[in-house]
Formats: sequence, C-alpha cells, structure tokens
Amino acid sequence: MTQRGHKLTKGLFVSMLLTLTIALGGCAGDKAEQGSTQIATTPATESGSESSETSENNTEVSSQTPETTGDVASQITIGIPQDLNSLDPNLAEGSGTQEILFNIYEGLYKPDSNGNLLPAVASGYTMSEDGLVYTFTLRDGIKFHDGNPVTVADVKYSIEKCAGMNGGEPIISAFKNIESVETPDDSTIVVTLKEASSIFVAICATIEAAIVPAGVEDLEANPIGTGPYKFVSRSLQENVVLERFDDYWGEPAHIKDITLKVIADADSIVMNLEGGAVDMIARVSTAQAAELSDKFEILEGTMNLVQAVYLNNTKAPFDNELVRKALCYATNKQEIMDFVSEGKGTPVGSSMFPAFGKYYMEELNNTYPTDIEKAKELLTEAGYSDGFTFTMKVPSNYQQHVDTAQVLVEQYKQIGVTANIELIEWETWLSDVYQGRDFEATVVGVDASTLTAGAMLSRFRSDSHNNFINYSNAEYDAAYNNALAAEAVMDDDGATNYYKECETILTNTAANVYIQDMCELVAISKKYAGYEFYPLYIQDFSKLYLAE
Amino acid sequence: MKKRKTYPPNLIIGVIITSVMILMILVGFFYTPYDPTKMDSSVKLAAPSLEHIMGCDNFGRDIFSRVLKGMGNTFLIAFATIVIGAASGVLIGAFTGYFGGWLDEIVMRINDVVFAFPSILLALVFVSIFGTGNKYNVVWALGIAFIPSFARIVRGEFIKYRDMDYVKSAKLAGVPTLRIIFVHILPNTATVLTSSIMIGFNNAVLAEAGMSYLGIGVQPPDASLGSMLSEAQSYLFSAPGYAIFPGLMIILLVLGFSLVADGLK
Repeated sequence: MTQRGHKLTKGLFVSMLLTLTIALGGCAGDKAEQGSTQIATTPATESGSESSETSENNTEVSSQTPETTGDVASQITIGIPQDLNSLDPNLAEGSGTQEILFNIYEGLYKPDSNGNLLPAVASGYTMSEDGLVYTFTLRDGIKFHDGNPVTVADVKYSIEKCAGMNGGEPIISAFKNIESVETPDDSTIVVTLKEASSIFVAICATIEAAIVPAGVEDLEANPIGTGPYKFVSRSLQENVVLERFDDYWGEPAHIKDITLKVIADADSIVMNLEGGAVDMIARVSTAQAAELSDKFEILEGTMNLVQAVYLNNTKAPFDNELVRKALCYATNKQEIMDFVSEGKGTPVGSSMFPAFGKYYMEELNNTYPTDIEKAKELLTEAGYSDGFTFTMKVPSNYQQHVDTAQVLVEQYKQIGVTANIELIEWETWLSDVYQGRDFEATVVGVDASTLTAGAMLSRFRSDSHNNFINYSNAEYDAAYNNALAAEAVMDDDGATNYYKECETILTNTAANVYIQDMCELVAISKKYAGYEFYPLYIQDFSKLYLAE
Repeated sequence: MKKRKTYPPNLIIGVIITSVMILMILVGFFYTPYDPTKMDSSVKLAAPSLEHIMGCDNFGRDIFSRVLKGMGNTFLIAFATIVIGAASGVLIGAFTGYFGGWLDEIVMRINDVVFAFPSILLALVFVSIFGTGNKYNVVWALGIAFIPSFARIVRGEFIKYRDMDYVKSAKLAGVPTLRIIFVHILPNTATVLTSSIMIGFNNAVLAEAGMSYLGIGVQPPDASLGSMLSEAQSYLFSAPGYAIFPGLMIILLVLGFSLVADGLK
C-alpha cells in the first residue's frame, strides 16, 4: 500500500513509455481490451441473458429484467467519496472503507443504531466471575455468503488471526490480550483473556474482528462474510456492486441490488444526484444540500468524528507546543461552521465526540477561545514573531475538509502565518500522510470503530502504530496505561477518569487544532426511505427500503 | 508606394478582445476591488450587484476580484508554458532539422513517442511526478508536454531551408554553424512559428483551465479560471454567475488569440 502515490505513478509512466516505444502499433488493441474487462466486471451479468450491455447503462439493468427470486426489483446507487482501499476487513484502512464493509462482514457482535451491542455471529455470551473467560454461543444455522454454514472453527480461526496467534502481527492490538480460544463443542467458543477487560465484547463488534471462513486466502478478491449484503463485483476506482444475501440470519435487507459508485470529485456531487447517476450520498455539504431539488430528502445527523487540523508533532515548527497553541487560539471554530456548514456542527476540544457520552468532555471545547492577540504573543514567545509558512495536505474528495482548510488559511493570515493548501487524492493521503507520516498538517476527521474510549485515544500513545501525528507524551502514555489497568479490574469509573485525563492532556498540549464533530447531511432520493444514523462511522444499507 | 493595407476584420476584433483581456490581467496584478481571498459570510453566493459586479462565491469572496486574479494566474501559466515549450522546441527542431542524420532519427523518434500521448494526459503524469504542491509544477508539466509539437514544426522548416542556396553560400563563406542556424534560417520560420505559438497559447490556457478544473493546477485558496469553474459546479443553480463569468473569460481569452492568429495568416 505504501507504494501508492508518486512512486507508483512514476513506475506506471516509465512502463507506459516502454510499452509504447516497443509496440506503438499495439496501442489500439490494448485499449479495446481494457474496455472489455471493465464491462465484464460490472454487474451486467445479473440479467440472466448473456450480457452484451454497454458499460454506461449496466447499472440500470435490474429494472428491466424479471427477477428470479420473485421479489420486487429494487436497486439503489449510492455515491461514495473514494474507492474501498481493501475488501479484506483486516486490511481495510480508512473509515470510508470500513463503513461499507459493515454491510458485508460481521463480528461475534455488532453495534446497532443506538450504540448498543447486538449479538451477530454469536447468539449470546456468558462471562466468568473473574472476567477472564468469555463463552460465546454460535448462532444456529448462520451461513456465509458462499452458502457454507459458519462453524466454531471459522470463529476460532478469525479470532486467532486477529490476535496474531497463527503467526504474523496481531491485527487488533486489544486482541493481544487473548490467552486462548477453545471450541469444546460445535456451538461453543471459549475465549480466555490474559487480563480482564470491560471492552472485549465491543472490540469483537468491530469490522476488523469480522468472522471469515477458516483458512480463507484471498478476501481481497473474493470477500466472504455473514452480513446482510454479499459482494458481487468491483471495478477499481469506479464502482462496487453488492447484492442482498437471502440466507441472512437476521432481518433481511429490503433493497436487492446496491451499486456503490465512486465519486472522487466532490464538486460533481450535485450533478450526479440531480442527473440521476446516484440516488444517495451520505455526506453532502450544506451548500450542496441547498442546491438539490425536492426530489431529494436531506437527513441531518452527526458524522461522529473529530475534525481537526492534525499536526505532525515532530515537524518544526509544530514540535513546539507554543506554536500549536497559537494555531488553536487563531482558529475560530464557529466561523468555520458558519462558512462551511451554515453554522451546523458541534465544537470539540479534544479527540472525543459527543456520541461517546460519558467520555466526552464538553468543558474542553473552550480551552482556546479565539484570541488573535494571545496567538501572536505565543508565536513571538516561540520565536516566530514574523510567522511562518506551512502546508496543509487535504484530501480533495472531501469538500468539507477542503472548505474548512480555505477558511483556516484566512484565519491564520491574521496572525501572520501563511498556510498553503495541497490537495491530494485519498489514496495518496493514506499512503503519504497516514502511513508515511510525511506531512506538516492535514485537515481530516478521525472517527472510532467502537464506542470504547480506546478507539479514539489509543492512537496517541507514543508507540502506537497508527499515531500518525507522532504525538509523544510520557504523561499521556501513563494515563492511558492506568486506564487499561482500571479496565482490567473492571473499574469502569476509574478507567473513565483516566481516559478523561488523556483527553485533557491532548487538549492542554494542543496536540492538534480541534475543530468540530461535523454535521452529516444525507441526501437521499425520495424514492427510498429508512436511512438510519449510527453513533459510529457506519452506513447500514440493510435498513433502506423503497418508499411507495 | 504600396497600397494602404486593409486589416482583416478577424484581426481587428481579435486585437480588441485580446487588448481588453490583457488590460484586465495587468490591472489584476496590481489592483483588485476586493482581496480575492477575503471571506465575508454576509454576502455568500450573492448575486451580481453594484458592490460585487459578478457576485460572490460560497465563501463570500468577490468573484470579479477572483476572476482578475485567476486570469492573471491562467495567463502567466500559459505564457510560461509557451516560453518553455517554444524555446525547447525551437532548439530541438533547429538542431535536428539542420544536422539530420542519426541525431535527428533518435531525437525525433523520442519526440514521436511523447507526441503520441495527448499533451494534457502527459502533463497529468508529469504533475503526479512533480507533486501538486506548487503551481509552477504545472508550468513545467505543461511546458514539457508542449515541446514536441514545436519541435516538429521547426524541424520541418529547417529541413526546407537547410539546402537552399543562401545557406550553402553562407557555409562556403565560413559563417559559424550556430550563426547560420539562428541568424540565417530561424528568422525565416517566424511566420509559421508565430501562428503555432498563438495556437499553442490557446491550448495552454485550456490545458491550465482543465488541470485546475481537475484540482491539480492552482491550489485553493488561490484562484485560476479553471479552479473557479470547478468550485462553481456545486452552485450552478443558486449562483450561476459563479460559473458563467470565469467560463466567459476563458472563452474570450481563447477567442481573442484565435482571431489574432487567424488574422495574421
């Protein structure tokens, strides 16, 4: 994955040149071949007739062909801001990917729209007195998308894989805590932990902890899960096609066919919706929502993330706490919301958003009230009285972040700091900024995969693998470890206090310039209804249905 | 005395349009009615009025100021592109055309390969290699992509002239080769070169607009005509002026130069 971006393009270019120099005449043939493979991977095959559809109308095919299942033909095309970076739940990075995989994969448990955990692959569990032994019961009759029943061996394999017990790196760091996984009979899985943990079941409900067939090799090309939708086909950077899984254990999905269309150009969202190319987009800006005609309904929720200027804490001048604080004082959160989202959004002051309930600390929001003079003083104190110049890398497919960055540029001008914007593609953002940590500042939202505090806070431990801002603070590490220790003895209040201490440290050291939990506007054609907001970054397509 | 020359109407209209455009660009370098990046929430997406003659964008920035600034950016990038493309193209074309032989073969085959790509695609590749951080990267990318067409034209001219008698006599007279190339032959290519520079300039304006439209040219909050068009897409219904005015400027800029080039023929 880290090879993406410039290197890849360079390689591609060289190989393109080579191919071309060697065989100029072959060019036309190559092109034709590429075209035809693309058509083959798009969903034209579902019609039953041997497909000879052209690529432009194959998303519409289902409406004109009789259904074999006898159901009403139902189809929806949903716009997504980037291609999925992997179809393998263990490799999926970026919440835009995970929120979609939520429909394909399930863990032993899964979150519902109220933030509760529901049994999924497991039908229930019991916990021993000391909190060390979890006994899960496998759901009766549950099947994978390929028709095979889910067995305890599959569950054991999936958990052990995530825990790194089959060799290899642990995929979920919280699973390092697993001592053993036993399967005493055909419907029981016994997981023994090294230390008690109050968040273990919540971790089992994340996408990473999805239950997949034992020994499965290539989930990337052939994803198999137990979710309400199964994978049909994918055309890179173009679309992903899903189909309802009719043997789903729970309430089956309503809509039969889903096409996820990649709309990497945020500016064309309105055109795509109005033109009928897509029926729904989960995150439109207020300005875009205002443009849409009354064919669309706009639903309002929160995105459940922390939008901030994430600062590379090891890059000068952001290695200086005073500079980071100066930026915090120079940032006017309300003005950003006014410009970007008509004032909608919830300010946040640390890496925690309101849906987290007890962990969220509203009192931190006003640690750095907008104060230009104070900001200038801090800059002078830090030795940057003449300001400085830095570059914010912003993923170009997220209009809200691009707009926010533009407002920030103006705000930082007032304290003599020149911020430049560099728009990059999402894939480049993942490889260069998130994995390569090669950036000064970036404007994005960071979300959580579970409603456990660790989902937001673990990344800022100095040795965390996803600590992309290179935050390093001994006090923070200590507080975080104390929280884990408290969790291990089931002291929930104690853990909560330590997590709050972590949040306070992040705020007081101005780890990032925290802005807001953005308002989420879902634009959905009035032909459909049933959209449900989750307190996490999740899109649940199974709840959608055709409105009559 | 010659008869008084009458100018073709195309040329006259072209010169007028181009002069107005260049005047606007020059003014834009030194003065804009408002700061082109200054945001004002009270006039978000405002319609054209006396205060803001082209209206305001989604951040309440004055579109007229941004158009002036954007035209400047677009013009500078297109101009620099043509300087790079034409200068390198003339050098390559002159030497390969004059000397011929294996040098000509090798250079022109490479030229063919580069020429085989649409220049905008090539520029896209170069921008991905150089990175999008700096607007001058676009200049280099477009400049390189424009070299082959100039190289071809100039080479063709040089092949035509290199065996002419005046060149032969210059050679016999012992005139240095470089002098023959640049002083004796090059001025003869001026007519062809001028019109291809004019056309090239138009292509460069469109290419810059296209690249900024795709988000890889001028980076926000700086403006160019293409990036403004791109941003305006979301507001076509509520603020049509946001898209119309930058679009109109692109049309006028290109039309003006096309008419001039046409009239000069």
